[in-house]
Amino acid sequence: MYNLWRGFSVGAVVIGGFVTVLFVYAIIRFRRRSDHIPRQAQYHLPAEVLYTVIPILVVFGLFAATLVVENKEVANPKANVTVDVNAFQWGWKFTYPHTETVVIGQTTQDPTMVIPVNTMVHINLTSTDVIHGFYVKAFNFSRYALPGVLNQFTLEAVKTGNFYGQCTQLCGLYHSLMFFNVKVVSKSQYTAWLASTSNPAAFAAAKKTTSQQTSTVVPTKPSTGGGDN
Amino acid sequence: MTDLITPPLHVADDGHDEHHDEHHGPTGILKWMTSTDHKVIGLSYTVTSVVMLVIGGLFAEIIRAQLASPNGTIVSLAQYNELFTMHGSVMIYLFAGPFAFGGIANIIVPIQIGAPDMAFPRLNALSYWLYLMGSITMLMGFFTAGGAANFGWVAYAPLSNSINTPGAGADLWIGGLLLTGFSAIFTGVNLTATIFYLRAPGMTMFRMPIFTWNMLVTAILILLAFPVLTAGLIMLYCDRHFGTHIFSVAGGGVPVLWQHIFWFWGHPEVYILALPFFGMATEIIAVFAKKPVFGYKSMVFATLTIGALSLGVWAHHMFTTGVVLLPFFSIMSLLIAVPTGIKIFNWIGTMWRGELWFTTAMLMALGFLITFLIGGLTGVYLASPPLDFFTHDTYFVVAHFHSIVMALVLAGMGALYYWGPKFTGYLLNERFGKIQFWLLFIGTQVFTFPQYILGLDGMPRRIAVYPHSPQWKTLNDWSTLGAVLVGVSMIVFVVNVGYSWKKYPAGDNPWDGQTLEWFTTSPPPHHNFYRLPQIRSERPTWDYNHPEHRSLAHGIDPVHHHELAHAGAVVAPEPESDDGA
Repeated sequence: MYNLWRGFSVGAVVIGGFVTVLFVYAIIRFRRRSDHIPRQAQYHLPAEVLYTVIPILVVFGLFAATLVVENKEVANPKANVTVDVNAFQWGWKFTYPHTETVVIGQTTQDPTMVIPVNTMVHINLTSTDVIHGFYVKAFNFSRYALPGVLNQFTLEAVKTGNFYGQCTQLCGLYHSLMFFNVKVVSKSQYTAWLASTSNPAAFAAAKKTTSQQTSTVVPTKPSTGGGDN
Repeated sequence: MTDLITPPLHVADDGHDEHHDEHHGPTGILKWMTSTDHKVIGLSYTVTSVVMLVIGGLFAEIIRAQLASPNGTIVSLAQYNELFTMHGSVMIYLFAGPFAFGGIANIIVPIQIGAPDMAFPRLNALSYWLYLMGSITMLMGFFTAGGAANFGWVAYAPLSNSINTPGAGADLWIGGLLLTGFSAIFTGVNLTATIFYLRAPGMTMFRMPIFTWNMLVTAILILLAFPVLTAGLIMLYCDRHFGTHIFSVAGGGVPVLWQHIFWFWGHPEVYILALPFFGMATEIIAVFAKKPVFGYKSMVFATLTIGALSLGVWAHHMFTTGVVLLPFFSIMSLLIAVPTGIKIFNWIGTMWRGELWFTTAMLMALGFLITFLIGGLTGVYLASPPLDFFTHDTYFVVAHFHSIVMALVLAGMGALYYWGPKFTGYLLNERFGKIQFWLLFIGTQVFTFPQYILGLDGMPRRIAVYPHSPQWKTLNDWSTLGAVLVGVSMIVFVVNVGYSWKKYPAGDNPWDGQTLEWFTTSPPPHHNFYRLPQIRSERPTWDYNHPEHRSLAHGIDPVHHHELAHAGAVVAPEPESDDGA
């Protein structure tokens, strides 16, 4: 993705720079010096064809690059860890269905999603009420949490550490404060953490609300994406 | 299309009594309230929309003041949501569109095509009053118990339903938007009919000035897009009050449907806003380069292409919903860069080898070009889904569209300096104008550049505080400084209008203009013209004033052109310079 960003930036700088040079040359060279009426040229077919065809080629080049990266991102590799992420006004709930761990947090205390490093993590993203945005800056990825739609994607964190995430889609009064943390730990730490936090009672409650939500909806085409670096 | 339809105009009538058809109606406030003259209505539109620009600008200044510190306490979270919602709503619904198609186009388009008025003058008056009432209705939200609408100018369902946003402010927002929406539709009808049916003899489609062309495409886009918004708003209102479940999951509805409806209007709307300002900049650059618009026909086709493509890109606002077809909307959005690029090269081509006269209007148009270039290039990134995934709903997007809309403000200001003398009869002070330009231009860059960086650093839109990221303060402060400069530039503008009040009589043609509006008096008489020149190109006034300097078709110089014509060759437009009046 950084290559894609770089490609777009090279294009933007080259084209933008070219236009700027022409522009600056024009405003300096052709500033009014007399009341002389300049040659009333209106068309120059070769130039017009050139600045139509070249941008079309550039655009298709950018599109091809986009497709390559996009297909890689939306590929859905087999994941070893699944986390159900549920957004609500105004907080997040992270449920680990395999081990019955539930983490809930609201604006007063940011919840933390713990995931193992170098592991494919499958995220099932839903919303209880309005539309929220699941966004972790470090993962360079965001996806809407939509009520009535199950959004799925896979991500792989490549280094350990604490990263913070935030709701990006306006969701009401406390939108500004809808934070969460992502803690990427080693696989052994992750296993230990899961064992220490497993909470069947909370899980049963969480599962109940989740099934209530999904019972009323027809999940659309599962959309996927890998948002790792 | 040829001029088969010849409206009853006062054409080339030398013995015409100059005061014969002067309007003998009411004067003063009664004139303003009862007039169906497109110039009076257009001026009302222009003044009202500039007032809206000031109101929306004040909201922006409060927003920027709040963001100047990580835990700003100037407004509450609730007030902040109201402020950015109303800032966006006022600027988009009540300023940019009405200023362009209700204000400037209303005044200028009929004159540019040699028409006595709009096709439906009373409908035109209705448009204005609907717009004024709609604007007041929307702003009245601030005086209700729950405050104004607070769900963002896009009103995403289900946040905008009656459970998540109870209160009259939201209903007034919907009502106000319905009224201004109808006003826009009626103006679209009026412009389309006027341009198709009221062109003066000789004013074929390919002799229409670029501004008129752009307004035609804008009007058609209005007719295609606005009814969709109207329908969506009625659905939203039904969801809020009549128990329907169109956008609510609980009743089997689909929240994302609102986004489809909204953006199916919303993306053409972007071009409904932009195309008029492209047209203004085109006219200004050509006149102050003393040249015809370079690549006139490719400019027209670029406008038509933008209009067509703009109907197929709406879901690029929805890449991160996960429920739209990414590649289709990506390539359609990327393709819009091509006609837009053609326009930029045409503008530079117009300047090329011209004699550039840097009036305030010209500076504003050139400032538009550069600011629009920045906004356009950053827009290309957003058309690529993988790049949109990490910039969506961040300040990168905010910066991108503020580059675009501030470019439009620059072009709009240019239009006021350029055409203002035509419809008021008086020029504005150039010294104040240039001060205003530099404040506006520099302020715009100072407030958008930090926002690009903030967006890439992960600052989301629509947040009132950023307690976890105090490092964003410095860049936010720069952005606030830029917003203050823009605010000061608006004060300079208001001062300039006061200072120049009836001070510098403009005369009929202060800029050596090229199109028909510079042929009539300033301000024009009741039905615009006492006489018309022959219309044999898209620059009838220029041809009349400079018969020896007509446009060169494809590099053929006039002498050579004559020879070919005499030799019986069929060449592009009539070579004779038999101007009569």
